[in-house]
Amino acid sequence: MTRSGVIATLVWSAGVAIAAAIVASAHYTTDLSAFLPRSPTATQRMLVDQLREGIASRLILIGIEGATPAERARVSLRMGQRLRSDSAFLSVNNGEPVGVERERELLFSHRYLLSEAVTPERFTVAGLRQAIQDSLDSLASPAGLLVKALLARDPTGEMMQIIDQVGNGEQPPITDGAWSSRDGRRALLVAQTRAAGSDTDGQEVAVAKIRAAFAAAAANTGARLSMSGPGVFSVEARRTIKSEVMRLSILSTVLIVLLLLAVYRSALALVLGMIPVASGALAGVAAVALGFGLVHGITLGFGVTLIGESVDYSIYLFIQSQQPGEWQRSLWPTIRLGVLTSIAGFASLLPSGFPGLAQLGLYSIAGLVAAALVTRFVLPNLLPPRLHIRDTTPLGTAAARMIRRTRAPWALLILIPIAAAAILYPHRHSMWNRELSALSPVSAADQALDALLRSDVGAPDVRYLVIVSGSDRESVLRNAQKVDHQLEGLADAGVIGGSESPTRFLPSEATQRARQASLPDAAQLRERLKEALQGLPLRPDRLDPFVQDVQAARTQPLLRRADLEGTSLAAGLDALLIQDGREWRALLPLRTTATFEMDVPRVQSAVSAAAPAEAVVLNVKTEADLLYSTYLSEVLRLSLAGLAAIVVLLLLALRSPGRVTRVVTPLALAVMTVSAGLVLMGQQLTILHVIGMLLIVAVGSNYALFFDQRAVDPHPGAIPLTLASLVIANAATVLGFGVLAFSRVPVLSDLGSTVAPGALLALVFSALLARDLPSPEATCAR
Amino acid sequence: MWIARVLAGLALAPALAPAADADFDRLMSALAQHKHGEVSFVEEKYLALLDRPVESAGTLLYDAPDHLEKRTTRPKAESLVLDGNVLTAQRGRHKYVLNLQQYPQVVPFIESLRATLAGDRPKLEQLFKVDFGGSFEHWSLELVPLDTKLAGAVKRIRIEGQTDRIDTVGIFEADGDRSLLRIDSAAPQ
Repeated sequence: MTRSGVIATLVWSAGVAIAAAIVASAHYTTDLSAFLPRSPTATQRMLVDQLREGIASRLILIGIEGATPAERARVSLRMGQRLRSDSAFLSVNNGEPVGVERERELLFSHRYLLSEAVTPERFTVAGLRQAIQDSLDSLASPAGLLVKALLARDPTGEMMQIIDQVGNGEQPPITDGAWSSRDGRRALLVAQTRAAGSDTDGQEVAVAKIRAAFAAAAANTGARLSMSGPGVFSVEARRTIKSEVMRLSILSTVLIVLLLLAVYRSALALVLGMIPVASGALAGVAAVALGFGLVHGITLGFGVTLIGESVDYSIYLFIQSQQPGEWQRSLWPTIRLGVLTSIAGFASLLPSGFPGLAQLGLYSIAGLVAAALVTRFVLPNLLPPRLHIRDTTPLGTAAARMIRRTRAPWALLILIPIAAAAILYPHRHSMWNRELSALSPVSAADQALDALLRSDVGAPDVRYLVIVSGSDRESVLRNAQKVDHQLEGLADAGVIGGSESPTRFLPSEATQRARQASLPDAAQLRERLKEALQGLPLRPDRLDPFVQDVQAARTQPLLRRADLEGTSLAAGLDALLIQDGREWRALLPLRTTATFEMDVPRVQSAVSAAAPAEAVVLNVKTEADLLYSTYLSEVLRLSLAGLAAIVVLLLLALRSPGRVTRVVTPLALAVMTVSAGLVLMGQQLTILHVIGMLLIVAVGSNYALFFDQRAVDPHPGAIPLTLASLVIANAATVLGFGVLAFSRVPVLSDLGSTVAPGALLALVFSALLARDLPSPEATCAR
Repeated sequence: MWIARVLAGLALAPALAPAADADFDRLMSALAQHKHGEVSFVEEKYLALLDRPVESAGTLLYDAPDHLEKRTTRPKAESLVLDGNVLTAQRGRHKYVLNLQQYPQVVPFIESLRATLAGDRPKLEQLFKVDFGGSFEHWSLELVPLDTKLAGAVKRIRIEGQTDRIDTVGIFEADGDRSLLRIDSAAPQ
């Protein structure tokens, strides 16, 4: 080994050790919101926060099927009991009246602070008479039982008013003491986790606890558990991505190993050939860990693709270096240019606002550079003086013969663009999938289950949300109150189905004080009652408890968040009133009416009238899709910039527009063919397809450059080996990406189904369009 | 010895009032014949808190075996629908759904009437100490909740009727309040 070889090997060893240490201590995530934007608009930031940490993200819907209804209810009750005592859950609801006593007591003792009906008018003679008359009327009705018990202390019916305020709409029916679906086939529970939806570890713990509680409660009943919700999905997605990455890496490694064994017939060559691959993958992950602080699972999945590409370098080295001197003279410069074009392509992803894509870019650049450098400077030192691998000349000769037999390859230049245009043009508006769900790893079956459980539980699908922001709790609550007032008007007008608001659990201090101020003192109240009760079957002295309670309420301490602790009201409030750093936010989820699409502009104008600067209406799905659509456009723009960079780079390196055209043309044809093919098969294109096309260019440029090199530097003896190495390298790439095409994770399968055919086509087109390929027969005859 | 006494007791118990017991069974099976019924009612509630009773009126609707509806038309429109164990109260725009299992104190109010309408003697005897008085032609049922906790709210319920017809349901609460539900037998069918 030369001195420089020793140094290169030492540097490489140290690099591997450092990278391995970084990789080992890196943080890994599969939270898909890593694929959400970094610096969006204020509205979008709220949206992303909601998707990551909002109420909806913490909801786990649980269904229990099988067994008998009574058994299901028993399982539900036992699970509820166990999960409620677990701090991992903010609340667990299955219809059981949990903490109702304490809650009722709390609401009753603060009724004059909480009731929205408490105004100065309510306590005038006329107001009192009206309210008491209403209560007496209710007394005669079946609900009278409840009213009667409270009449002496609450003749104006504030408690009923509060129950209306905090009541959360329709609830599932109760069978044998626990919620069941309307069709009676499932028992239902709704758990709210303490961990945010983006905290996949926390969600995984919660999911495991639910499973354990079910297993303990349902032993020997034959009941089955089903679960849904964002947290469940992210846990599931992580599991799928993990197992897929594992499975696919192993599968493609095995396939490529088999291929290389068949080609080389040398275990040593195989092991050596894997060194650049492993080094590249290690460098890629380490670079991402350093650059981003955490590594996304999808990025690791991308590692699979790098196996297919970086293994090419050693293939070129082993096969073509059988021609003495070839490696240094023409091979390395060609590979170097190929690597540089790839870098130019991937560098276009680095400025992406999509952190996930920037990770992919950095990963690819670091991985390819490392693999190429190791192939160039380290691998040759490790090769034994004579590496015995099988002679692949026959393969190259056969390939050359096939190429020469193809007639009129130039027809491709006309036919493919015309055919592609004919296929793509009619689909130009519909060929892009602009919905965020396109990237979701959640299967259609799981989404259907989610929709089913959601409608069973009557959980709001949190599609529309009014968000009120501010710098402190009090101002946010005040504005939320104004907004809520507007929303109640809209609900009465039938524009929205209804809404929720944190102020119904916790009014602002100003409102509580205003309500206290509407209460007359004892003497005044007695005076007014005397007049108000004239003609009613109720004597004023019967209402002494009422007078005393009102008197006490005038000076009672205001209701605070801490007072709600331990009741379901606290969980309800925490879901709707959020502190984020120095920012406070109140969320007012809107329910749609059953019949109409919501008139969002009308809602927005009503909301703006109440709090113009602080409140926004968020249409979660539209906003999310808009966001994704923005990114799709961004990626397209960046990819085009990447292509332009590649062309500039080639112009600089080759110094010939003609040669650049010849290198780029087959790649363009390959991309056109693949896009047309995907659209023809009914596939809607996503961001990942665009990345795939960038990869076609990155990988394919190697092939095109080799043919270009051979054309300008005819060296007939090298032709069959060059062809053989390209065929084998291409086979490895197609295998690697082909495996990916069968992944259940859409992000990975989109990539695979684009790159595998694209790489193959890039080679075929490069070969067919290669100029003046010298006759291999001449070589054979030599 | 004690076995003999128990056996004797069992044998003697129904023998004490064979005629009344037979009439009770006859009443129950006659009531059970009615699978559907709709009658109008007037209810008066006497509350210690109030100087005079409050009155309400409406219709009662029954479908065997467990559907009972009380539609109050005055003084305020309100409906109360009982299906199995689920009680749905609708009042203006508001709807409340509650489960009887969660509100055991409501059970005597409801089951006294529903089990009687269904002619379900075992159910009545499961919840109440039942005293049948009079004859089939002119009968009364005196129901006292067996569960002492529930007896806290309802002291006793007295249902009176003639043959297969219920005339009045009187509910006497522990705090001295009472209500009397009069059923108009000439109600719309």
